[in-house]
Amino acid sequence: MSEIKKVLTEPLFGKNPIAVQILGICSALAVTTSLKVTLVMCIALTLVTACSSAGIALIRNHIPNSIRIIVQMIIIASLVIVVDQILKAYAYDVSKQLSVFVGLIITNCIVMGRAEAFAMKNGPVLSFFDGIGNGLGYSLMLISVGTVRELFGSGKLLGFEILPLVKDGGWYVPNGLLLLPPSAFFIIALFIWALRTWKKELVEHHEFKILPNTEKSGGHH
Amino acid sequence: MEHYISLFVRSVFLENMALSFFLGMCTFMAISKKIQTAIGLGVAVVVVLAICTPINNLIYGLLLKEGAMTWASPEMASVDLSFLGLLTYIGVIAAVVQIMEMVLDKYVPALYNALGVFLPLITVNCAIMGAVLFMVERDYNFAESAVFGVGSGLGWALAITALAGIREKLKYSDVPKGLQGLGITMMTVGLMSLGFMSFSGVSL
Repeated sequence: MSEIKKVLTEPLFGKNPIAVQILGICSALAVTTSLKVTLVMCIALTLVTACSSAGIALIRNHIPNSIRIIVQMIIIASLVIVVDQILKAYAYDVSKQLSVFVGLIITNCIVMGRAEAFAMKNGPVLSFFDGIGNGLGYSLMLISVGTVRELFGSGKLLGFEILPLVKDGGWYVPNGLLLLPPSAFFIIALFIWALRTWKKELVEHHEFKILPNTEKSGGHH
Repeated sequence: MEHYISLFVRSVFLENMALSFFLGMCTFMAISKKIQTAIGLGVAVVVVLAICTPINNLIYGLLLKEGAMTWASPEMASVDLSFLGLLTYIGVIAAVVQIMEMVLDKYVPALYNALGVFLPLITVNCAIMGAVLFMVERDYNFAESAVFGVGSGLGWALAITALAGIREKLKYSDVPKGLQGLGITMMTVGLMSLGFMSFSGVSL
């Protein structure tokens, strides 16, 4: 039981897939303009990661080592096709907005990374929860970025007005930068900064020491 | 001809895979510490994209698209296999990478040794899959898809080399502790991407 709790909670902060393991960044940047699209993407990714990890863990002892990548790919791709078809059937406009990014779940490093690093060595139940945990870690990051971008970029959350905009007679002047894709980089970088200030052991140190570039001794000028 | 040149320029600069669509970001962040390795990976991506995009274009046009199978027999005109797309594309990409690895190993060992480590990584590089999916979504024909493949590969290679150059210099700057490494790289890429947005005003 404690094992399950561990694999569920660790990826939230300490081993966050985006901020610490550097996995799955592509989609984190591209789909976070509005919170609704972000939420759909998070659910899709969490389900795919969990199910593919469980599936791969089930047959892990029967996969020949030399073709394991292709076998993993086929399992993941089949699951993504299911997700893609479901989205097209029930949430067509969101699926149009996500465009190629649903298909790109296949090459999302979180899914492959967890399959390779965890599911190949652990049982199906534990792998399933590891998938959920990593999906949640990813979602946590994406939802925070999506919230900041939608709230301050267009004054809305999930389409509801929170900060009344100046052009509608309110007081808030929206920050247009946040609607542009590069802003996601800055927001994620700031999140990483915050996380590393909180958890000091995650800081990456220089390979060398930087000396101060001014001399302290008050010699001649 | 003009159409293809404009498509090429658009895929290198305006619609840069890495800096406008953020594809292949994981490898982009992880393997950009040295210019040398960045160039190696960039070349590998260009080659794989230049092969995979046209091949997948043929497969999509001749087998998967709705009504594409008409050439086999008129009764198959209503067959629509496009839902198998994702599975097929990733299969083709994995196979091409695998074959390329063997061919390079046999005939061009020098290039194989230079690329060696990066080749398997390319299968899961979203830039490849992304380019293929964009090709399908935008309905390119065979020639267009070849130009688009080479162009977007070159754009990606250009971006990762530029980032590696910046990071080699950045190594010597005094960055706040929490931002060192990944954080400051993110900021750099953000600024680069803002820079590339200036191309979006160019209409071709």
